[in-house]
Amino acid sequence: MFHRFANPARFLRFAAVIQPWIAGLTVLLFAVGLYLGLLASPADYQQGETVRMMYVHVPSAWMALFCYTGMAISCGVALIWKHPLADLAAKATAPVGASFTFLALVTGSLWGKPMWGAWWVWDARLTSMLVLFFLYLGYMALNNAFDDPGRGSKASSILALVGFVNVPIIKFSVDWWNTLHQPASVVKMGGPAIHASILSPLLVMGVAFTTYYLWVLLIRIRREVTANKVRALQMRQASRGEQ
Amino acid sequence: MKRKHKRLTFVAIALLLLGAAAALVLSAFEDSIVFFYSPTELAEKNVVDGRHVRIGGLVKEGSIKKGEGAVTLFEVTDLSNTIAVSFTGLLPDLFREGQGVVAEGKLKDGVFMASDVLAKHDENYMPPEVADALKKSGQWNTGGNPPAKEESAK
Repeated sequence: MFHRFANPARFLRFAAVIQPWIAGLTVLLFAVGLYLGLLASPADYQQGETVRMMYVHVPSAWMALFCYTGMAISCGVALIWKHPLADLAAKATAPVGASFTFLALVTGSLWGKPMWGAWWVWDARLTSMLVLFFLYLGYMALNNAFDDPGRGSKASSILALVGFVNVPIIKFSVDWWNTLHQPASVVKMGGPAIHASILSPLLVMGVAFTTYYLWVLLIRIRREVTANKVRALQMRQASRGEQ
Repeated sequence: MKRKHKRLTFVAIALLLLGAAAALVLSAFEDSIVFFYSPTELAEKNVVDGRHVRIGGLVKEGSIKKGEGAVTLFEVTDLSNTIAVSFTGLLPDLFREGQGVVAEGKLKDGVFMASDVLAKHDENYMPPEVADALKKSGQWNTGGNPPAKEESAK
């Protein structure tokens, strides 16, 4: 089924239709999520008002992992089946994922100071998250390090796949080792450990972050496809000029 | 076998090997990846006086005492072992009895001289009214995240 959309021309038509809908949905979800999170939800029994940091921190961290997983899958598909769109999707995801990771690190640091008493500690969760940030940066650097874009995307795809080992390490770091970061609250055995009044804004923000990512992804892939077309035209023009 | 099938097998096997290698490395370095020792582990590892380590556990109920000046004395427990801690300085807001804490410092004559105390909170989030209601109905299982419980279960 997805093969149909692996054709760039068909994808462009499809993307042009759904992009405004996704954009509208994102704005709506952010409005609802921020209202619920900042105004309508209660403070936490232990952390007080600082718990509201969670509504940005946790979705950012989720998206950091989600984007990396998506990027690694795209890279695998690009390496194995050589789908042209898979490569573009991976390339378009990297800076977005890196931004989410950065946001998770910064909001976590701002939250850590008042709650734990430290901006940063080298525990397994925080360190593996920092490694994820560097993996994104490494992917982007390697992707642009070659004169031939084909070689760049091949090398960086391998890096992205190797770096995927880090994703389960991040997720389970809080279970495998003792850390300062608390264990998972939402995705865990026995259901969420968060009261419904705090969980619902978190989930709305989670979906809002996801649609935001899809929105930006569509814009970036369309831009990449257009840039490739322009490059091809310029090449043709240049070769005609030489004759 | 088609070329793309060859590539698929190669990538799958490479990822499996990589995952296995990562698992071996991480389990070999477990001791240095853990952020802190529980009081029980501290006793088992025979940590010598003066070695810089982190310990973690719950602040024992009724153990917080004010010492001279800015010194606070308290005990950290993992519910099977307990260690006395002495700390000079400002404690984080979340520091209280029954709360999870991580203290950084060194042992001196059986007392842990902490240079830094961090508060650890658990994965439960709820409005204060719900917390009160749970406490009243007796369904409250003590605050704080007991890393010690995981350790003793192993």
